[in-house]
This record gives sequence, C-alpha cells and structure tokens, in this order.
Amino acid sequence: MTSLPAHTEKKLGLVIDLDTCVGCHACATSCKEWNAGGYSAPLTDQDAHGADPHGAWLNRIHSYEVGEGEASRTVHFPRSCLHCETPACVTVCPTGASYKRAEDGIVLVNPDTCIGCKLCSWACPYGAREYDYDDGTMKKCTLCIDRIYNETFAPEDRIPACVRACPTGARHFGDLGDPTSAVSQLVQEREGFDLLPEMDYRPTNKYLPPRPRRDSQSPSTAPATEPALPRSTGSLADQFFAWADKTLAR
Amino acid sequence: MHPAYSVIIFTTTSGAGYGLLIGLALALRLGIVPPDPLLGFFGLGAALALVTTGLLTSTAHLGRPERAWRALSQWRSSWLSREGVAAIVTYVPAAVLGLGWVFGEVMPGQLAVGASLSVLCALVTLWCTGMIYASLPTIRAWDQPLVAPIYIALALATGSVLLTLLLAAFGYPLRAAAMASVAALALGWILKARYWMAIDAAPRTHTAEAATGLGRFGTVRPLDPPHTQSNYVMREMGYQVARRHATKLRRIAAVLLFAVPMLAALLLLLDGSAPIQIAIAAVSTLSAAAGVLTERWLFFAEAEHVVVVYYRGGSA
Ligand code: SF4
Ligand code: SF4
Repeated sequence: MTSLPAHTEKKLGLVIDLDTCVGCHACATSCKEWNAGGYSAPLTDQDAHGADPHGAWLNRIHSYEVGEGEASRTVHFPRSCLHCETPACVTVCPTGASYKRAEDGIVLVNPDTCIGCKLCSWACPYGAREYDYDDGTMKKCTLCIDRIYNETFAPEDRIPACVRACPTGARHFGDLGDPTSAVSQLVQEREGFDLLPEMDYRPTNKYLPPRPRRDSQSPSTAPATEPALPRSTGSLADQFFAWADKTLAR
Repeated sequence: MHPAYSVIIFTTTSGAGYGLLIGLALALRLGIVPPDPLLGFFGLGAALALVTTGLLTSTAHLGRPERAWRALSQWRSSWLSREGVAAIVTYVPAAVLGLGWVFGEVMPGQLAVGASLSVLCALVTLWCTGMIYASLPTIRAWDQPLVAPIYIALALATGSVLLTLLLAAFGYPLRAAAMASVAALALGWILKARYWMAIDAAPRTHTAEAATGLGRFGTVRPLDPPHTQSNYVMREMGYQVARRHATKLRRIAAVLLFAVPMLAALLLLLDGSAPIQIAIAAVSTLSAAAGVLTERWLFFAEAEHVVVVYYRGGSA
C-alpha cells in the first residue's frame, strides 16, 4: 500500500553531527558492503573496472565550503534517505513496492514487486534513491532493518552499519518519536534541524549544526607560524639550496 | 531531467492516439462523418494502434517490464497507477464504439454510448498522464498548473491534425476537422507560450543553503564531490539543456508543432483538389509529429530537479 500510515508507533532514524563528521566516507563504504549482501542485495556497480565506473550506493558524502573569507569552513555532509513522515516517494509508487512501515516509520522498497519505473526517485528531493541498473529495481537506505532487529547479533551491533562504522561517532541511531530517547535529547540540546523543511516531507533524520568557531585570536587556536629558517651564511651551496627551496615551493 | 526516449515516444504517440479517438468519436456523434465501416476500421484502428504502441513503449522504460501489471494496484495514491487503470478501461468503450461502427450496432444506442464514454475515458487518461508530472513538487518546471491542461491540449491538437489527414485520405469533407484543429492548435500554442513564460519567471525557491541547513554560516559551495563519476541521480536528474539551445528549440517546436499545422489547416479550408489536400494534410502531420517530439524532449530537458543543488550549489 502506497498510502501513508496515519501515524507510526516509532520514528526510527538517524541524527548526523556535522560538527564531528570528518568526511572519511567510512559510513558510505560500510553501507555499500553491508547492503551488497543484505536486504538490498544485489547492489550492483556498472563498468566497475572501466572508464565510467558507477553503481548504486545508499549513502553519499559531500564536502562543502561554507561562509566567506576568514569565517569560511569546510563541512562534510553525509546524505541518505531521511525516512520522511510525508514523503511523495511512497505515494507516487504505482505498485505498492514503496511503502512506509506503520510500526517504525522506515521507508522501504519491496525488491520483489518494484517495476523500476523510477518515479519515486523523481519524487525524492534529497536524491536518496538510486536505481540499480542491473537489477532493474530501485534501491534506498533500509536503516539496516536486517541488523537492527537481528537477534543473533550482539546488542551493540544492532545498529545501522553506517553508525557502527563511523570513527568519530558523528552518527546516532534511535527513536526520534520518543522525546526521552537519547537521539531526541541530542537534537533538542544541539538544535538539530530538517533539510529543505519548506518541501514539507517532514524528514525523520535530523542534522546537528557545526559548533561555532572558536575565537581565532586566542593563542591556543592561532595558526602556527612557520619557524624562521636559519639565516643563510651566503655560501654557494646555501644560495643554491635557498634558490631550490624557493623554486620547489612555487 | 534526462529525456528518456521511451517516455517521449509514449507520451507523444499515446497522446495523439487518444486525441484521434476523441476526434473520431465526437465527429461521429455530431454527424460530421458518416458511419462508414471502412473509416471506422482504419480511423479507430490507427487511434488504438498509436495508443497501444505508446503504452508498450512506456514499458521499455521499466527495469522490470514483466511486472508492469503490478502498476494497476495503487490508484488510490499514485497518478501513474491511475493512468494505467484509465488506459485499460478506455479500451472498453473504444471497443464498443469500434465494433458498432465497423460491424453495425448490436444494441440501439451502442455508437452514441460508446462514443461518449470513449471521449470521457480518453480525457481522464490524458489528465492522469499530465498529473504524473504536474504532481511532483521536486521539479519547478513541472509543478505548474498548466502542465496537465497542456498535455490534453496537445493531444487534441495532434489528434485533430491526424483526423484531418484521415478525412482527406477518405475524401470526406474535412472543413469541421480542419477548423477544430485550428482551434486546438491555437489553444495549445497559447497555453505553451504562457507555460514557457511561467517557468522562466518561477522563482528558484530551493537553495543549497536550505538543502544542507548550513545557510546560517553563509553561502554553501561544493568543495569535494561525493563520487568521482556520475551516479544514477546525476545521470537521471542532473540533465539540463543549455539555456541558449532551449530558446532555439522552443522556437523550432512552436513553428513545427503550431505554426505549420495551423497554416496547413487554413489552406485546407480553401477548397483544393484531393491530392493537394492529402499532400497538405500529410505535411502538416509530419510537421506536428516532429514538433511535438521536440516539445516533449524540451519538457524533460528544461526541467530542473531540486537535488541538483546538492551537487552544484545555488538554487533550483
Ligand atoms: S529522503 Fe527521499 S527516499 Fe527517503 S523517505 Fe524522504 S522522500 Fe523518500
Ligand atoms: S521504481 Fe519501484 S519503488 Fe519506485 S515508484 Fe517505481 S515501482 Fe515504486
């Protein structure tokens, strides 16, 4: 059924901390690895060793330069399905392959009924759905339903592969529908926000803003000045090395 | 948006097919054409062949065409599903009309009922197709009130051009059909011109700053891309024709799709010998076909998806 559930018991989702993300792509590669064998299998690549390699990935990491001049900063930005509460990707699906689960709010594609019409990917503002050219079906983040409910796993592994892989702890998983949950508290504390709120898809996933820059005047964060080079003694060899150093530094 | 040839062929041929079906049904209903079985056979045959070719071509766009029947299930929420259902339902009154026209009525009123319901069902199908595009809030050029009406107007315009050719070939009077095509072409032209003005003026409301939530720190500019080679999202959603080419193509589409067929229809209104009339109607049909293909290609190529702001910054 591609009609949306009126309400979901839980709102499982991710909270992504743009302050601590270092843009290492560990979450993306870990996602690809898990899903190429899990629910989303096969998660194919095309022309993998050729001139135009590409494939379906469920998580992509952008890096942006934000702000101007001295105040500018680099922000790494992981982008995946936000498991929206009112997503058109579900309602446009003609087959019912795309659906939102009433129990936990996860948005899934049924790989056995998807006809690969691609309309859902047109309806997603976040570019979260990628078509699998070999399988002929649509792929998207499953929030690792095959991990989070897997009772054969140790409890600490019952989290999405991306969250497990993140070396800086920039990704958090939990129930955003429960105001007392750790993720909800984090969103509250750090003023987590929605992407493209004006589109009114009501994403479940939240992003945490980078923390304010520390004052660049303070000695602890002042840019280290290069130690002065010992003065040239004027010998021919010294002059040569000074010239070589200058030339190579260009 | 990437202009997929299967979708361009589908929307143009099935559009013209439904337009011709509507034209024939109305012409019969209003007594403009005689209930000549041969005309019914070839006319409705051509209309249904166009519709069917279009629908079959559209399945070429699917990753899993063998599962296409599943698309009939979600008519409660999906315009694509509604379109599929409406397209299949339309075959019923079209068959009632066609059988009555070719083999004679089995029941009194068969032609009248078949014709009226064919017109209604064909219009509903066209509306559903238009709404598939018009209901996507992610694409500024499609999220416009004129999109679905234009789709219907162009189906009627191309259908009436075909009907005129058909009547010329059969040697039946074609004044009414030519006049109808002038009206449909004029309507299509006016709406399309207004549409082009509307999409040029429509504000780009979605920004990279809102898409990343980082606007509070200033402008957001892509630094490192997430992948080195284009992925599906960029291939499908990142396609865009250069502004300069779009302007030129709009002009070409307007001349081929509207100006030439209108001129041809006006020429047909001045009486001429049969071979000349057939030749004029044929040129008009070819021109309209080339024009509507250009128009449809542009409809995709000019449409910009919100997701591009993640890749190139700015607004969409
Ligand atoms: S992010 Fe896109 S694919 Fe995921 S639920 Fe929202 S609209 Fe659908
Ligand atoms: S591609 Fe599959 S999941 Fe997406 S709308 Fe089409 S049938 Fe539904």
